Amino acid sequence: MIWLILLPLLWASLAFVLEPGRGKWLAITGLAMQTWLAFDLAQKVGAGGSAIFHAVGGWGAPLGIDLTADGLSAAMLLLTQCVALPLAVYASAYYKRDDAAGAYFWPLAGFLIAGLNALFLSADLFNIYITLELVGLAAVGLVAAGGGAQQVATALRYLFATLVGSGLYLLGVALIYGAYGTVSIAVLTPLVTSEAPRLVWIAGGLMLVGLLLKTALFPFHFWLPPAHGGAPAPVSALLSALVVKASFYLILRLWIGPFAPLIAVAEWLAWGPAALGTLAIFWGSWRAIRAERLKMLIAYSTVAQLGYLFLIFPLLTGHGAIQAGVMQAFAHGLAKAGMFVAAGVFIKATGQDKVSGLAGVVERLPITLFAFGLSCMTLMGLPPSSGFLAKWLLIEAALDRGYWWLVVVVLAGGLLAAVYVFRVLRQAFLLAPASTPLAAVPRTLEWTAFALATASVLLGLRGVELVQLVGVPA
Amino acid sequence: MSSGLLFACVGALLFAMGIAGVILIGHLLRRILAFNVMGSGAFLILVGLAQRNDVPDPVPQAMVLTGIVVTVAATALALALVRRLFALTGKLELPADET
Repeated sequence: MIWLILLPLLWASLAFVLEPGRGKWLAITGLAMQTWLAFDLAQKVGAGGSAIFHAVGGWGAPLGIDLTADGLSAAMLLLTQCVALPLAVYASAYYKRDDAAGAYFWPLAGFLIAGLNALFLSADLFNIYITLELVGLAAVGLVAAGGGAQQVATALRYLFATLVGSGLYLLGVALIYGAYGTVSIAVLTPLVTSEAPRLVWIAGGLMLVGLLLKTALFPFHFWLPPAHGGAPAPVSALLSALVVKASFYLILRLWIGPFAPLIAVAEWLAWGPAALGTLAIFWGSWRAIRAERLKMLIAYSTVAQLGYLFLIFPLLTGHGAIQAGVMQAFAHGLAKAGMFVAAGVFIKATGQDKVSGLAGVVERLPITLFAFGLSCMTLMGLPPSSGFLAKWLLIEAALDRGYWWLVVVVLAGGLLAAVYVFRVLRQAFLLAPASTPLAAVPRTLEWTAFALATASVLLGLRGVELVQLVGVPA
Repeated sequence: MSSGLLFACVGALLFAMGIAGVILIGHLLRRILAFNVMGSGAFLILVGLAQRNDVPDPVPQAMVLTGIVVTVAATALALALVRRLFALTGKLELPADET
């Protein structure tokens, strides 16, 4: 389990020392091993039916660091490695040999993935703060790696947003420690009761707001579109598919873990995230429909898709809501990574990133366009994709509780997604004027986009195993 | 009021001032300083609240040490980015939002 954290740290440091040409092979090898480890861990957790613990270096809490893998963390680890591996292959072909941004990509991506894996495995609130910062700083570095004025300004804006988010989280942790004298999630869970002092309520609120800011839920989404839309394609894919999911995972973990007794007292609280999620779906889709640049369109689509993740909160007291949320995280993670890398291919080939400039790609880049189309299928939620499965689980859970208007939101969101993706597909199928030049693109780029998009669709056929894995209790 | 609670109250005040600074100030260097004030506020609360009967608790002190390392790293990254922005645009403020 510990190797899931050590391996990326190792190859990231080596990639920093070695030249990027060798660093990328190290990274791909390391990620392949991590993917195997993640599958192995998921298998063990799924077969054992209970969480796996590990005390780092034999030192247990409170002095040492405890790692825990239950069904939810194993699933998120699986998602991280499964998205990162194809992205590494893509990035190895995307960056040219003498590209300065490419040289920084490998070490920063390694630290990012190490931070994510550590976050999913952490069992105490303070350790989670450290991993949150590690993820945030690495992500800011990746956004800034291009080095242009626009990119640096975007990175700074992103940095301040993420620092305020983790600062609020840290303040919450400090208050929790002051109230209970521990930060271990397992120890806290029985201590927090419905009669908790007001201090704990404030702490929970601060942590929630901080994490919502980092997840970019409407109205905290202001930093996301420029950061995700302005970065190079492999970076956008990493950020959109994985980084925002980390803080979502954390909200979910705290919501159903230590803070569950507080929420049981005030059930109306759960409608807050759901209402914001609804607004996110409509606002994000609307901006995506209006977007002129392809990557901005995809970034606003991320804002909308993140909204679905928060629709599950009023349903968490019933069955199947967590499964719906994780399935949506998988569907969006794989499909959005596929979409961003496909967009990267279009931009490399056509030399610009306007939606209106895509005419004619159907003839020249059929594989990439097919990949883009498959990702769109998942985002719209057409069967048999994993997006369909996620929406199905969500609707089932909502109808179970009689919340029919959540069903309306889910269905309307799917239709709005269809509007913005067909804007792109329509342009792509237009015939181009014969004179439009298209640059040649390495085959690797096209096929990795295809692999990611296909995975997002095929996951719909193997969804049962994932649903069972998520059900493994902590 | 015990000294621990006093620390915590000052910490809360510092945190509020810091966060207001990070959000409201346009000048980037002062914004980074405000972020540091914010971090120190959170650390003061962490150490102050954990003191029971004025006996210091070692665990939060270890946490704060780790937290300071993180804050220094974040500050260094922010300063590097601000320097780069200054070299490129000659300004210490963020350019207007492009939408």
